[in-house]
Amino acid sequence: MEKAQKAFALGIVITIGAFLILTVNSIEPFGTFPLRQIGGETENSVGQLYLENAPQQTGAANVVTSIVWGYRGYDTLGESTVLFTAVVGVMMVFRILRRNE
Amino acid sequence: MAGMTVIVRTASRLLFPFIFLFGVYVVFHGHLTPGGGFPGGVIIAASVVMLILAYGIERAQERVSFLSAEVLDTIGSATIAIIGLLGILLGTFFLQNVFSLGELGRLFSGGNFLPLYIGVGVKVAGGILLIFYAMLFASWGEKK
Amino acid sequence: MSFNYTIAMLLIALGFYCLLFKRNLIKLVIGLSVMTDGIHLFLISMGYRTGGIAPIVTGELSSNLPNFASSAVDPLPQALVLTSIVINICITALALSLSIYAYRHYGTLDPSKLRRLRE
Repeated sequence: MEKAQKAFALGIVITIGAFLILTVNSIEPFGTFPLRQIGGETENSVGQLYLENAPQQTGAANVVTSIVWGYRGYDTLGESTVLFTAVVGVMMVFRILRRNE
Repeated sequence: MAGMTVIVRTASRLLFPFIFLFGVYVVFHGHLTPGGGFPGGVIIAASVVMLILAYGIERAQERVSFLSAEVLDTIGSATIAIIGLLGILLGTFFLQNVFSLGELGRLFSGGNFLPLYIGVGVKVAGGILLIFYAMLFASWGEKK
Repeated sequence: MSFNYTIAMLLIALGFYCLLFKRNLIKLVIGLSVMTDGIHLFLISMGYRTGGIAPIVTGELSSNLPNFASSAVDPLPQALVLTSIVINICITALALSLSIYAYRHYGTLDPSKLRRLRE
């Protein structure tokens, strides 16, 4: 790329970085987990509900496990499908490469 | 692909059971400690890859062949599907917790979390091993 | 002006810079992976509670569960990031295998020279 294009691209990257840093520091401060200020009133998030009900409803000591397979099991099923498809895709590419030699 | 020197071969042969056992421990205690099926499967696959790198591809083919990696991947996926369909067969929803819940903190607690994590661990180990074999076989033909 | 959020956004900007300026297919894959790591760090940092513990019920906490529920960090972003890390592995594996295929076919790893369709 020429000099002008490189300077313009660098300017865009610095602008996007500054905009991201300024935006992310203007949401609520770091470390205040269950309180969200939406329109002037505070409400509890859904993670707090999972923390209160998960050890009795599912019987697992790890709350992240009971979320991954208990409350959101369909997402993990989709992720397993994505893993299977990626392995099949990699095998297809290298089988074509093997046959071309 | 040739193997490595005597020191590397001896060290990897001595270290392989411990890394394999640690991977199986992380898979089996997924509902009690951090981890679960996905990192545990990667640890198991990494131990086998360490052996393949140390001994060369020709000698590793006799022990862990290409077909066995495919079979492991398929068996893991079929376990997840069968446990999911078990919920429908017994009347309730798909992937519902139909096993007993047990008490908090023991190994056999949490319903169907343990069989599901074993299935995912086997599937991820087979998948990573299969990716490694596919990338190796593409360049194996040109050495001959 | 917190530390975690700023570093996460710096990682995203660094990955974006690598995507724009580098001329090697493998380096583009590395830049994509750095950007994804920044996004994961931001997601996990959103659920932090000051002075909180990990969301796992250990031996001495199983007797008073309401105390555990008011002193543990958010478990929901951790479950989402677990799924996202596995999908990142699949994307990296497919991108690397396609770049090997492009190298075998064209003889170069420069993305601006892969334009055989125009000839």
